[in-house]
Parts: sequence; structure tokens; C-alpha cells
Amino acid sequence: MRPHSSEDKQIRLLQLYPRDMNIYGDYGNALVLMRRIQWYGFTPVMLTYNPGDPFPEAPDIVIGGGGQDSGQDRIQQDLLGLGERLRGLAEAGTPMLMVCGLYQLFGHFFETRGGSRISGIGVLDVETYGTDNRLIGNVVSESPDFGQIIGYENHSGQTYLGPTAKALAEVVVGQGNNERDNHEGARYRNVLGSYLHGALLPKNPAIADFLISTAVQRKFGQTLGALQAPQSAPESLPRLTELARQTASSRPR
Amino acid sequence: MKRMRLPRPFTIALGKAARALTRLRGGSGSAFPGLVTERIDPGFLAAVLAQLPRGVVVISGTNGKTTTTKMVVELLRGQGLRVFTNRSGSNFTRGVVASMLGEISPMGRLKADIAVLELDEAHAVHFVRAVNPQYSLLLNVMRDQLDRFGEIDSTAALLRTIAEHTSQGVVLNREDSRIARIADALTTQEVRYFGLAPALRTHFPSDDELHGAEPAAAGALPEADVLLTGLGTQQGTFRLGDEEITTDLTVNGAYNTYNAAAALALVRLVLGDTIDQEALLDSLRRASPAFGRGESLTVGGQPLDLVLVKNPAGFRLGLSSFSAAGVATMIAINDNYADGRDMSWLWDVGFDSLAEGGVAMVSGVRSYDMALRLSYDRVDIAAVEPDLGTALEAFLAAHPQKPKRIFCTYTAMLDLRQHLSTYTEVEAFN
Ligand SMILES: [Zn+2]
Repeated sequence: MRPHSSEDKQIRLLQLYPRDMNIYGDYGNALVLMRRIQWYGFTPVMLTYNPGDPFPEAPDIVIGGGGQDSGQDRIQQDLLGLGERLRGLAEAGTPMLMVCGLYQLFGHFFETRGGSRISGIGVLDVETYGTDNRLIGNVVSESPDFGQIIGYENHSGQTYLGPTAKALAEVVVGQGNNERDNHEGARYRNVLGSYLHGALLPKNPAIADFLISTAVQRKFGQTLGALQAPQSAPESLPRLTELARQTASSRPR
Repeated sequence: MKRMRLPRPFTIALGKAARALTRLRGGSGSAFPGLVTERIDPGFLAAVLAQLPRGVVVISGTNGKTTTTKMVVELLRGQGLRVFTNRSGSNFTRGVVASMLGEISPMGRLKADIAVLELDEAHAVHFVRAVNPQYSLLLNVMRDQLDRFGEIDSTAALLRTIAEHTSQGVVLNREDSRIARIADALTTQEVRYFGLAPALRTHFPSDDELHGAEPAAAGALPEADVLLTGLGTQQGTFRLGDEEITTDLTVNGAYNTYNAAAALALVRLVLGDTIDQEALLDSLRRASPAFGRGESLTVGGQPLDLVLVKNPAGFRLGLSSFSAAGVATMIAINDNYADGRDMSWLWDVGFDSLAEGGVAMVSGVRSYDMALRLSYDRVDIAAVEPDLGTALEAFLAAHPQKPKRIFCTYTAMLDLRQHLSTYTEVEAFN
């Protein structure tokens, strides 16, 4: 037995709106974080928040995904009620990853094609405009923080960065935030927004490890050791990851 | 009822000539003869179908429509009806026109009592504008190749359009909330439902329920004309109206058994009181699945099952329908257009049921994505080989004494069947 009870090394992962916002394999992001937290020697705790729930205490990492229009409608009012709390967590440096629909609603607003504005919570300085054009396909992008980011996009909202958001990455293949500039996603402090799913984290473990190491540093003042992933295939997990990345980046859009 | 003229003999002759020409040149494609015919007579399809005494039935939905269509055809033929049917293809109306040209008389007579057509949701609007079906059966809206259609809600809207253009009666899956809600848009048509007994619902998790949405409360569901009440190994128990029957089935898996309930509900609506119950159950027992969907072959004296998977709900059903114990498992994932390019769906399937025995072989263009997925579910993998032919050979050689099962996406299945035809008899498919 280790001298510490397992609670001492808990990392609490909060999934926002898994019931309504999970359409593009977003569960994969949660699963990858849970496993890697464990493989780095910590105890993952999965928390979920759906509309009307009490907000879980002291989350160390917050993630959220994309949904159907109907799902987005169901959570939008509830999300506005969490705005102050989530902005507080973001300012304090909590690592977060918001993909697709929740990326849009973490910005200032989503303006529909009809011109009506759906308010977001303004954690990220971005604005999104609905279009008739769906941007779909494999994406390869380059990030100063995370190296090459690979994923799949499927969205008709197009997003533009304001002065205090910086792009998560620059697109090499694909569209990213919009059809005009090369930006993909956004970053403010430790909050990442992105249009990429696939799911994002399995093929981009650098981002998963950023979220985990930031949480571990903030909570325990420690840096991450080596990943102790069990070998369950002829190739190691890092090698399988590399091969999956190579395949994805070579596929047609 | 509106009277329609028959197509002109000239159109038919030209269409038949185009079809013969295509065949002569070794093509099996339906696009050219269909195109020629539609160009000279845009009303051809509607005119031929309008002469059928029992009209047109369409079957649509994202999962299971090929097998369900095949079952409906066999059930109706078992009642003595002559049935015209199609195979869904990339160019729907031209495909139907081309198969008609093969069966039609020079004067435009189609020797059939009823047409049963499998309608891809993407072609729905175009088709129902040209031809109003008398009856339609709408199976489900599962997350399927969202990269192609955009969103589940808009796929549901396409299916609603089919129902709205149906003149007599519509059969809906009451367990799929998006399908069941289509009833709200219908005013003149008779609406019937097929469904699941509450005890069976856990076998059929919906995409919405996967991450915690509440299953619909049983009290809120409409009465089902056909209810699936029991599942056995190649056996099903159905409640037809007030009567409960248990029967052996040729189709396997929970999924195909539920499709049988859908087919029964449609046939009961089409035939009404005239149904021959004994013949119906006999046809039901013998109906076989469409190729590839739960297809069983024999290779080296051992059974080999091919299970087509193309979306999370279908993959989950495939895993829960067949026990992994004692079976060597291979998974083959491609990402061509017909498979869906977006791999995110693999992350909405849980693979825990494979953890005990592990997976013998992972193959296909996206084999490494699949291998990653399994690794994060802590499922052991014996081998990864992207090339399907090489992988199949190694898989067969490594497990000579074991029954085998291959879960595969659509184009991976086509490729594997091609390779398998060198080992065993495989039904031709084009
Ligand atoms: Zn997306």
C-alpha cells in the first residue's frame, strides 16, 4: 500500500453537458484524459454537469464538446448561468478544452444566418457567424504550443478571433475557424477552443498532457513524470499514436 | 385516383437498347440506361409505378434498410404477391429505372403487384416528389456519416418528408424519438408503430442515451402494432396485435430481429385482414439477411461471420448481439467516402466486451485509429496490419481451429469478400 490515500492524488475532470453536447466522439477526449491521468500516477475522478445540476466543486480540468442545434438550444440558457463561475476558473488558470459547439458558446456570441444573436459566456474573445457552408474534412494544423495538431472538422458556424484571443494553430490542410484566415481554434490563458474532433486528444496527446500537467502543477506543484501506459499491442502506445497521425494526415480531405 | 399514361414504347425500346449496350460492353452500371430513359421521358418512373395495383412501398432510415427491405419482399412474396424491388445505389431513380428496363414489357407493363423500394434518405426528397408512395416504413435516425448529411436532425427532416408524401399509411419506430415525433406532422395518413418490450430496451442503446439522456418513459410511448418481446439465439418472440408468437429465424443478432418486427408491422398494414398468418410466419422463419449484414461463411471448416459496422449504434449492437467467447475477432476500418471519413464515431463505441479475449487482428486504412481506440479501452491486440488481404491471410492462418468474426466497415467488407472468394463460396454482389 502507498502511504497516501488515493484521494491525495485526485485529478477531478469535469465534462460539461455530456448529455446534449457529445456528438463528435467527444467522450474520447474524456476517456483519454482519464486513462492518462492514471498512467501518470494520479487518480482520475470523472464529474459531469448537465442543465440544472449542482455545479461540481473544484474541478481541475474542464472539457466540453459539440452538439446538434437542438442540444445547443437546450444548454444555452443554463450555460449563461455558469458564465461567471467559468470565467473565474479561466482567470485562475484552470485548464479547459472546448470543442466545436461549446467552443462557439465560450465566445461572445453566435450570430445565426437570420441575424439573431445567441449569447455565449465570453471566456474566449471570439465571435461566430452561422453560414450556409459546411466546412467538413480532415485538418492538419501547426501550433506553436503543441506542434502539429491533427483532426476532423464539421461545422457551418465560422469563428473570428478578437484582440485578446490567440489562435490555437495555423491551418495547413483544411479550413479551421473560417474560410478567410488560417486560424484554427483559440487560446486564452489555459483555455483551449477548437473545431477539431476525431476525437481530438487520442491523436494529439501533447494537448492531453498539457491539460493534465497544468492541473497537476496547479494542484500539487509537481511536474509530470513518465507515462506508464501498459503495452497491450505489438506497438507501444506512442508508436500507435504516431502511425495513426501519419495515416490521418495523408488521407484526402 | 389520378390516371397516368403508360410510357411510350419508343422510350422503352431506347432504354432497353441502352441497357443491352451497357451489358455488352461488360458494364453492370445502371447510370447510363437510366439516364437515357429519364432524359427522353422524365415521367417514366412515375408512369410505370402508377400501374401497380397495390402501389409503392418505401423503406428508409439510417440503419438496417437493406435487410428490412429484403424481409418485406420475402414476406409479401410468401403471400403470393409479385414484388418489384431495387437495390439502393448511388443514383437512386436511375438505378430503379434501369432495373425496371430489365423487367418491363415493350408496351410498358411491369409484371408486379407492388413495388418495395429501399430509399436512401439522401434521395428521399427527389423521389417522393416524383412518386407518392402508398405506404412507408421509417426505421431510425442514427448518427451515421454526419460528414455527409450534416446533422441527425436534418436527416430526420428528410424522413419526415417521405412520411408527408405518403398517401395511405406510415409505420414508425416508436423507440426512436426522432422517428416517433414524425407522427406529429401527419394528419391524413394512418400511423402504426413497431417497438420493443421494456425489458429489451437495454439491448438497443440509442446515441442519445449513450451519454446519459433519459430513455423515454414507457407510459409516454404509443401502442405498437408489432412488439419485439423476446430475443434468443436465432429466435425471436413478437406480439402481433393481441397474439404472441415465438419463431426460429435465419437472420441473426438482436438488430436484425428488431428489423423483422419492423417488416412485420409494414406487411400487416399493407395487407390488412387478408393476411395468411401461417404463410407469414413461414416466410419470416426463412428470410435471410442482406449480404454482409450478419453474413455467415465457412472457411477451412470453421464458421466466419462478417458483421457490417458503420456507426456507433450499429457497432454496439454488433458487439452485444454476438458473444465474443471462443471466437477469434478481427476488426477492419476504412475511411473511404462510403464508410464515412470522420473516425470520431469509434470513440462512441465501448469495446469492454472484447477485453477478455482480446482482438486477434486490426486492419484497414484506419487500423491505427482503431488500435488506439482499443488501447484506451485496455483491449489486447495481437496484430495490426493495414493491408486487408495480408491481414486476412494472417488472421485465418493464426486461428485454424476457431470460429471467426470480422467487424468491418462497408468498403472493407467489399474488399474482404473479394479475398474470401478464393477460400470459399461467396454470393456475388454488384
Ligand atoms: Zn465539430
